[in-house]
This record gives sequence, structure tokens and C-alpha cells, in this order.
Amino acid sequence: MDSHTETLALREQFETPAQQKEISTLGMWIFLVTEIMFFGGLFLAYAIYRREFAGVFALASNTLDVVIGAANTAVLLCSSYTMVLAVRASQIGSRKALIVFLILTILLGGVFLGVKAYEWNQKFEEHHVPGPSFHLEGTSAQGPAQLFFSLYFTMTGLHALHMVVGEGLMLFLLWQAYAGRYTPSYYTPVDVGGLYWHFVDVVWIFLFPLLYLIARHQR
Amino acid sequence: MITEAVQEREHYLNASHGIKSWLLTKDHKRIALLYLHTITVFFFLGGIFATLIRLELLTPQGDLVTADTYSKLFTLHGVIMIFFFLIPSIPATLGNFFLPMMIGAKDLAFPRINLLSWYLLVIGGCFAMYAMLAGGVDTGWTFYVPYSTNYSNTYVIATGLGIFIAGFSSILTGLNFIVTVHRMRAPGMTWFRLPLFVWSNYATALIQVLGTPVIAITLVLLIGERTLHIGIFDPARGGDPVLFQHLFWFYSHPAVYIMVLPAMGVISELVSVFAKKPVFGYRVVAFSSVAIAVLGFLVWGHHLFVSGQSVYAGLVFSFLSYFVAIPSAIKVFNWTATLHKGSISYATPMLYAFGFIGLFTVGGLTGLFVAALGMDVHVHDTYFVIAHFHYIMVGGTLMAYLGGMHYWWPKMSGRMYPEGWAKLSALVIYLGFNLTFFPQFILGYLGMPRRYWTYPDEFQVLHVMSTAGASVLAVGYLMPLIYFMWSLRYGPIAGPNPWGAAGLEWQTASPPPAHNFEETPIVTREAYDYAALAELEEAKVG
Amino acid sequence: MHEYVDSLKTYTVVFVSLLALTAATTIVATIDLGPFNVVMALLIAVVKMLLVALFFMHLRHSTILTKVVVGGGMLWLGILLVLSLSDFVTRGWLPVPGK
Repeated sequence: MDSHTETLALREQFETPAQQKEISTLGMWIFLVTEIMFFGGLFLAYAIYRREFAGVFALASNTLDVVIGAANTAVLLCSSYTMVLAVRASQIGSRKALIVFLILTILLGGVFLGVKAYEWNQKFEEHHVPGPSFHLEGTSAQGPAQLFFSLYFTMTGLHALHMVVGEGLMLFLLWQAYAGRYTPSYYTPVDVGGLYWHFVDVVWIFLFPLLYLIARHQR
Repeated sequence: MITEAVQEREHYLNASHGIKSWLLTKDHKRIALLYLHTITVFFFLGGIFATLIRLELLTPQGDLVTADTYSKLFTLHGVIMIFFFLIPSIPATLGNFFLPMMIGAKDLAFPRINLLSWYLLVIGGCFAMYAMLAGGVDTGWTFYVPYSTNYSNTYVIATGLGIFIAGFSSILTGLNFIVTVHRMRAPGMTWFRLPLFVWSNYATALIQVLGTPVIAITLVLLIGERTLHIGIFDPARGGDPVLFQHLFWFYSHPAVYIMVLPAMGVISELVSVFAKKPVFGYRVVAFSSVAIAVLGFLVWGHHLFVSGQSVYAGLVFSFLSYFVAIPSAIKVFNWTATLHKGSISYATPMLYAFGFIGLFTVGGLTGLFVAALGMDVHVHDTYFVIAHFHYIMVGGTLMAYLGGMHYWWPKMSGRMYPEGWAKLSALVIYLGFNLTFFPQFILGYLGMPRRYWTYPDEFQVLHVMSTAGASVLAVGYLMPLIYFMWSLRYGPIAGPNPWGAAGLEWQTASPPPAHNFEETPIVTREAYDYAALAELEEAKVG
Repeated sequence: MHEYVDSLKTYTVVFVSLLALTAATTIVATIDLGPFNVVMALLIAVVKMLLVALFFMHLRHSTILTKVVVGGGMLWLGILLVLSLSDFVTRGWLPVPGK
């Protein structure tokens, strides 16, 4: 078969760099579909229990800080903005811009995770972590109240885990970008890393209103 | 049949040497063999558990093992056979080996990910083995809550982790196959020239990618419930145990199509070669694979008929379950039509194909019994269900797997297996299988529950028949293990195309070169174009 | 494959829109719309998702196959949610205890 020496941009099993790039992107999208189904199970549980325990869920949700939640959402959206600018920088061959935008993305992701840690700590202090010391004021339905927070911690926790993996990915891209590995003819890892990062952002786009914005008019 | 001189030429087996060249390989053919060894080990391990189960059931009393041990036996039998044998079996061995060759590609789209998926299966298997050796797990392979979360004192978490990791193996294989089939076909290899084995594996890959993540999250929640008592399935907190069943079966029903679709793909290949005819209704059979994959996702509630699911949901799921039988039936009709006026050869692979068609039909028809809401109330959790799925998994998938192994053995190894012994073991397996599992339909209908280790005296005759059949079956499965290994050293050398089959994999040497083809094939013929092949042969000879 | 390079302006407009929509969803949540609160929240989230997918993830420049893959993923999530909820929502519809 028409064989060629393998390079980063053209591995053995492919015919052209364009084919490799398209296939790599397709592969990442399919992986993201598996992630949709993975988180999907949690959204199902959430839908079922919110429907059944609407009142308690509203009460529990109102103990979350909406301002911090909204601000954190903005931080994450900002990181998606810097990420897509990083991809753009690699497309036009601006190594410096690529590095700057990757660093910004990593920093913003770090801020998001830091704020999350702060929020979780708040919940711990308020005795809203499910377990023996749990108590939510204003309701006798402590079981379903714990259910809300179980879902809250599981969903935001799984999301945070994906963010941490994302940070690791970004650090890898930063290292490779610094080494000059990415050019307009080979920037697929940045592109594909960006897809992952945006996906994690999209999950949060749904988590924020579903967890933080239940019946906020009842004040 | 042209026999080559003893190969000193280079092929994928001798292209490089040493353990690193295998453990770090990117060659899909070598990865297929790595998988072959792994799943064979798991098959015989699962078989040992089956043997112990059948030995216990020889007598009505529980006298061989304790009740708790018996629960561990059937749990481990199920977990190992389903997650570590059946699900990887055909796609990861025959699929990995032949899918790229059948489409004229050098390898899969992501060879390193292919290797990673093997490692994931092995690592997952290690967790499962640890659970087994440390004391076992007794929840049944279905892990229903609250027993698995609140009451079982066995190694649920380790087993769950093992399955979770093995699930990733399955997802990555599926991802690889989808991308490969879409984007790496050789020039001229259009979708409707693809061998039906490729269509089946493609449809299977769709299920792997869409379904497996759901059991992944289910296991995460199960482990969370068991360790942190998150309450998501716990009625005391407002949780619902039936939610677990929905999440579990959303994957585990399509999983049975992961197990049977590749087998159907093998049968399409075998029926065509050994009747020397194109598969009747090629496009319909191709579409039926995709139809099974899609419809298979809409029926999972038929596992929850008696679990407390709403009756309306039960009605909907029962209705939909009938639809998924249609594309399967279409395949059986089309295979039969393919045989009509074909030039039939009774080589061993064809014997397995015949076995599949008959036994799968029985399994499929009894599936309709259990899909009926009213009937299922009677036979749910009885041996009727066990017989139903073993007819499909063992009488179906395992037979197709063995048929495929025999068919493609000369291509993979460069050697022929001994035909006489192979025919004999096919017969032994067929007889042993029916003796093992047919009595179980009757047992179940008469009321013998599944997962019970004692039973009323009047069931003993049927149980003894079943166990007798199982011992015959065991012999039947050991025979290929022995003669396949024997053939590697002493079997006659096989030429590139001992069966006279159409298909790109037969246009290259046995065993194939590391890069599959000397030149990228350009495809101009339809699949299974035996008429054209016959003309070519006549032109050569005449 | 990427012959296009989206402009800084395009990305900035999308980003600002996303921020605006975040503010919008937060404010709308404080108004009592009854059952439509959830609908509005999900609608806005879907619009934000589409903006991220189409522009930041370059879906609008992608192949048809990619779009089918994404659409398929959303459809399958829908199947999981709808068919499962069909059980929970219809419980107690029959005057039979436990059904």
C-alpha cells in the first residue's frame, strides 16, 4: 500500500492530513455523545425526583447562592471564549496568542473550581451534606431534601471531575504549544481539546438553572 | 485449492518478535488475537461456574454448596459470560481482525485506542477476578437494589468497577468501528458493497456508544448508594428502586443486541459462502441490522413488567417489544432464501450456521412469549426466561462465534483445522446444547424459579437431563480448544482462499501481511458476487 | 478541512450573548411564571447550548455526519428521559393499588 513515514499530522493508517483531522474530530464528537448519555442518567434521576418532590426541591435549591452560581457560570463561559480564541490562534499560527489564551482558559477553569470548592464548603457548614448531620430548615421531608443535595453533589461533582480532567488536557496542550508543536497545518489536538472543554461548559449551562433556579420567586 | 510452500514470507505474526511487540502493538490483527486469548480464558472460567451450578442442581436438596455460595455462582457466571466474554467476543476478535480488511483499510481509525480498549478489558477483568477470589458477589448479574446497596455483604463495588472499566473497552471499540466504517473504506467500497458482517458490527458499534455510558452512570450511582448512602434508590429517602432497574436495563437490553448482532453478521457471511450465492435481499438485511440497533433501545421496560412499573408503561414496552422481533425474523427469512437453490456445502462453519438459524429462531420465538405482558407475569424469573436467553446467547451467538472462528481460522493462522473432529464437535455441541436447555423451557413453565438452589422433587428428572446435556456441551467446547491449538503446529497449510469466498479478506495471503494488502484495493464488484467469481475461475481454467 | 477561520468579532458577539442569556435566565427565575419557569429556563439553556455548539464548537462548519452524530446523541438522551418518565408520570393512573 502507498506507505509513508509517519508524522504527527499524518499517521500510518490515514491517506491525507485532512482525512486524519476530520476523523479525529469525528472521534471526539462521538466520545462527547457518550458523555451526553453518561450525564443523561443523572438528569433523568433529577427530573423524576424534582417532579415528585417539587416543594422540598425548591426549598433546598433556594439555599444555594444564586449570585455566586451565576457569576461562576459567567466565568466558565469566559473560559470557553478564551478557549475558542486559543483554537483560532492556532489556526492562524499565532503561537504567542495560543499560549496566552490557553493560560487564561486554565486560570478561569481554576477559578471555577475554586468557587465550587467554596460553595461546597458552605454547604458543609450549613449541614446540607447528606448524612447523619444533615438538616434543612423549613421542612419535615428531610429524606427528599437529602435527595436534592445528593443530586447536587453528584452532578456538580461529576462535572467538576470532568473540569479537572479538562485542566489536565489544557496543561498538556500548553506544554505542547510552548514546544511549538502546533501550526496551521497541525493543530488538531487544540481543536479537539476545545471540543471537550466546550462540552463540559454546556453541561454546566444546564446544571446552573436546574439546580440553582428552582422557584426563585418565592422570596 | 492452491497450497503455498511453507511460509518464510513475512506476515503479521512474524513481522516483529518479542512480548513488547505484542503488548505495544498497533496492528488490529494482533490486538484481535490478544482479545481472543483473554475472552477464551473468561469463557472457560464462566463455564466452570456453569458446571458447578448444574452439578448442584442434580439433586433437589442444596447439598453441594450453601445457598450463599450458590448465589455467588450464578452471579459470577452471568457477570463473566456477559461482560467479559459475550460482549467483546465477536466484535473484538473477528471484528477487529476482519473489519478493516473487509473495507480495504490498513487498520482501524484509532489503532492506539484499539490497544487501550484491550487493556481496559483486562484491567476490568482483574477487578472482577479480585472480587471473585476475595469472596465473590451474590447479587445476580443484574445488581438489583436494595439488596446490592444495603444488604449484600459481598464484593459488589469491586465487581461494579470491573464492569465499569470493561464498559469503556466496549465504548472505545464501538467508537473506533463507527469512524472506521464511515471514513476509511477503500475506493469503490460503497455502503451497499460492504459485507453484511461490516453492517452488523457497525450497528453493534452504535449500540455500544449510545448504551454503555448509561450502565456506567448506573454503576457510579450504585457504588455511591452503597458507600455514601446518597439515597437515590432508597425509599426511606424518597428514592425509587425501580429507577435503578430503568437505568440498568436501558443499557442491558440493547446489550443483548450487542451480543447477537455481530453473530448475525457472521451467519450472513457463512450462509453466502457455503451456498455460493449472494445473500438474498442484501439491502433489507443491512437495514435490519440498523433497525434492530435502534428498536432495541425502545423496549427495556419489558424487564420491569412485574417490578412496579406503571401498567401503561408496561403496555407501551410490550407493544414495542413485538416490533424488534420483525427485523430479526427478516434476517432468518433472508438467510433461508439464500440457501434456496444454492450450492450447499456442509463444511463445519455451515453446520454452525444451520445450528444458529434453528436455535436462534427458537430463542427469538420464545422472546415473543415473554414480551407478552400477561405471559411474562407467569414465566418471569423462571427457567423459561433462562432457556430463552441461553437459546439466543449460546445456541445463537456462541454457535456463530464458533462458526466464524472455523471459517476465518485459515486466514488468521495460515492453517486448516481438522475437518472430521470439527464436524464431530459441532454435532456434540448441538446435541449437548439442546439436552441442556430444552428441558429448562418446561421447567420454567412448570414453575421452577431461577436463582434457586433447591427445588421440589418432581423437577429432578428435567434437571438431571439438563445437567447431562451440560456435560456433553462441556466436552463439545473443549474439543475445538484442543484441535485449534493442535492445528497451529500440525494443521495443513491453508492458501489465501480455501473456501472460494468473495470478500477482500480472501484476496490477500493467509496469514495476511502486517499492512493487510500489498496495494490499496479498488472495489468494483458488489458484495458476494459469486457469479462474477465463477466466471473469473472459468476464464482462468479455460 | 478548516478552510474557514471565524472572526474575533463573531466569537465576541456569541460570548456577550451567552453572558446576556445567563443574566436573563437568572432574572426570569425571579418572576413567578408557574410551570413555565422550568420551560423558560430550559429554553434559554438550549439556546445557549446551540450558541456554544454552533459557534464555539464549529458545528455550523462541520460535516453532515458530525451534525447527525450530535443530533443522534440528543435524540437518544430524549429517548432515555421520555420513555423512563412515561413510567413515573403514569403511575397511579389506574384505580388499581400499586399500579
